[in-house]
This record gives sequence, structure tokens and C-alpha cells, in this order.
Amino acid sequence: MSFVSRGFRGRRREDADPSRVPPGQYVTSDFPVLSAGPTPHTPLEDWTFSIVGEVDEPRRWTWEEFRALPSEQVTVDIHCVTKWSKLDTTWEGVSVDTLLDGVETSAEHVVELSDGGYTTNLPLEDVTGGRAWVAFAFDGEPLQPEHGGPARMLVPHLYFWKSAKWVRGLRLTATDEPGFWEVNGYNNYGDPWREQRYWGD
Amino acid sequence: MAGTAVLGRLTWRVAELVDVVVETPRVKTLVFDVQGWPGHRAGQHVDVRLTAEDGYQAQRSYSIASAPNGTLLELTVELVDDGEVSPYLTDELQAGDRIELRGPVGGYFVWEPAQGGPLLLVAGGSGVAPLMAMIRARDAAESHAETRLLLSSRGWDDVIYRDELERRAGDGLTVVHTLTRSQPPGWTGYTRRVDAEMLAEVVPGPTERPLIYVCGPTPFVETVAEALVGLRHDPQAIKTERFGPTGG
Repeated sequence: MSFVSRGFRGRRREDADPSRVPPGQYVTSDFPVLSAGPTPHTPLEDWTFSIVGEVDEPRRWTWEEFRALPSEQVTVDIHCVTKWSKLDTTWEGVSVDTLLDGVETSAEHVVELSDGGYTTNLPLEDVTGGRAWVAFAFDGEPLQPEHGGPARMLVPHLYFWKSAKWVRGLRLTATDEPGFWEVNGYNNYGDPWREQRYWGD
Repeated sequence: MAGTAVLGRLTWRVAELVDVVVETPRVKTLVFDVQGWPGHRAGQHVDVRLTAEDGYQAQRSYSIASAPNGTLLELTVELVDDGEVSPYLTDELQAGDRIELRGPVGGYFVWEPAQGGPLLLVAGGSGVAPLMAMIRARDAAESHAETRLLLSSRGWDDVIYRDELERRAGDGLTVVHTLTRSQPPGWTGYTRRVDAEMLAEVVPGPTERPLIYVCGPTPFVETVAEALVGLRHDPQAIKTERFGPTGG
């Protein structure tokens, strides 16, 4: 593009490695919040996590059972479709591989299910192979409700709306079922490196 | 629905600044003429892209403040002191200058006159922008939907769209201000941050099933949305839009 905004110089961050910042993103040290409605507050004693849909048998964990599963600490970069990226965020969570261990399915897609009715869809292969977690801690602290606590998905290789807050389960599906933002103008896949923000990107 | 929508890519369009309205000392409304603008719904936003001479680009999202109006598009921008994009938009950009933008984006935080009311709009500061688009769309459609706007500002001179809101009030539109930091002499309105008690006094009850739109900084939206849920409004009827401290 030869388009130039007269007088615009920009304010590049010198402490951020440009190769880690996808196109159109800027690096922030804050942790902005974005959600479509009120923050749900499910008591831990009522919280469960379920694997349902096209599976041999549904699975379900209480909070205690979930927290007894082996967990992993991960340090990843996250990218929000609203343009901010945050580098080297540290999380603790249960790998989706652990949750799907022993689950028999022919599904090729998955829908993340959250309190408040939020959903988001992904190919199943995007949440397996060490690429997705159900995270319960951020920066060494329990995950705060406005950031999706008690537990949220963490799928850092896609835009962050694919990492559903207040996640309560995964529904494995044979066909692709567009989720909440995906039916409201946002891209069905959401790869930040291909800048897939909206429909048609 | 996405499955049936046949939409091409949202292309970058050239937008020429044709007018600037000073709303408050820190907020300006920029009026752009956008070639080929396809129209929008109240509540939607656009992505703005700036390009430096060396090719460096920065993008930010801004709510659309105007009702659908041909090729004219209004963005209300608050200056963020250490921001990268807002100081350029509010201080550098002059009539005749061009930027790039694409949109409209977002299909959830929207209201169309056909949806009717009652409508409850709650805004903190420049969060009023997309709600103003709804009020303007309501008037443009000659809708009489009962609408209440609760607007929290720091002081009387910080009230965005103040005169226009006064002008549009009536005929089903009620505007309630709270001024949280300073008040003009003789002020008899609210002087505190929006809380549950204020919402209970101002908003239609849950039995009236209002459509609720809340926009502002994150702590504001969290407080308001939680209080509304506490007042037994249906969480599904509460739509929120937030901007973080890095709005830029």
C-alpha cells in the first residue's frame, strides 16, 4: 500500500520483538477485559467441567476432581482481536489432551461451552497436541472472574475470543457449528498471523 | 447467521476528514466521508488504520457514533495521553486529511429501531458513543421507544454530546446525568459513581424487560452489569462493551 497518514509516525515499542507481534496488533502490558455481558459467578461447589457430544461416554469433573488432574505451567503470547497482544503471559491449567485422554470420538470439531451461554467453535485438532488448556491460574494467582475465572480456555495460537472465559465444557461435534462471535461477524477460525479477524478475512 | 451470510472481506476504505466537533476538552468527534460506505447498525464499530511513511501501521477500533447517514461516519475519540493513535486523531488530523478504515464490525452490541424498547442505556464517559448512535437512529426512524440514558461523567464540561442530548430529550427519551468529580453551582442531580441504588431509581424494572446496553471502562461496566443482575434483570438482556486502559 502506498497510503500514508500525513504526519503519523507511530510509537513503536522497543522492548517487544516484532517477530512475535502479529499484523495489526500492538503490545500492551495491561490485561484488558472484553466480554459481551455480565460476569458470571458460579460457586466452586456448583462448578463442573464436562466433555459431551459425539463421544463414547460423557465425562464430568467436579472442581475438586478437575484440580486433582495433572496440570501444566505454560508461558505464551496472547492476541486479542481488538488489537492488543500480551507477551510472555504465564498460566497454569489442565491440558485438553489430559481431559480427552481415553475419550473415543470421531468428531472433527469442538464447541467450547461457557457460563452465560457463550460458545466458540474450533477444529478439534486445534485444542489437542499440547495447544490448548483449561486454565485456572494467571501469573501465579487464581484466575479472577473478569478474566474468566474460575477457569477459562487457553488456546493461544488463535485470537483470544477462541479462549472462552468461564468455560464449563467441550462439546465434540461432527460438523462445524459457528459460535457466539462467529455468527456475529467474526472469523470462523481466527488465526492472528493471517489476520483473520472478521468474516471473509 | 454466519452459515448463510455471503459476505466478502471487509475492505479497507479511504476516509476523508470533513469536520471536527469539539465535544469536551479531551474528546472530539471526527466526521469522515467514506467512499462506498455500506451503512451500519447502531452500536457497531470500525477499525482505523494509520500508516507511517516507513510503512509502519497501527490499528485501533472505534465505535460509530452516528446513525446511518449515507457516506458520512462519525467517530468520537477520547484523547489517551500516552496513546499511539488517539493523540494523532484528536490533535494532528485536519480536515482534508485521509485515513483508512474498515467495517462495520460486530453484530451483537447493536440496536435497531424495529427492536423497540424499553431501552436502557448506561454509559461511562466516552462509552456513550455507540449509545448515541442508538439514540440518533431512534430519532432518525421516528421511533418513540421508551429510552433512558444514564450517563456518568466527571464534570458538566466533560459531558459528551451534552447539548444534543438536551435537545433530543423528551418524546420518550430521558437523560439522567451523574457527575462524579465536580458539579456546577446549583446541581441537584447525582454526584456519585453509578451504583445499584441509582440504577434501581433510574431504570425500568426487570418486569418491563428492558433491552440493556452498557458501555464504558471495564470497572464501570463490571459494576453496572453486576448491579443490574442483582436487581434481577435477565443477564441475557444485558449487552456490554468495554474499553480497557490501553484504548490508545
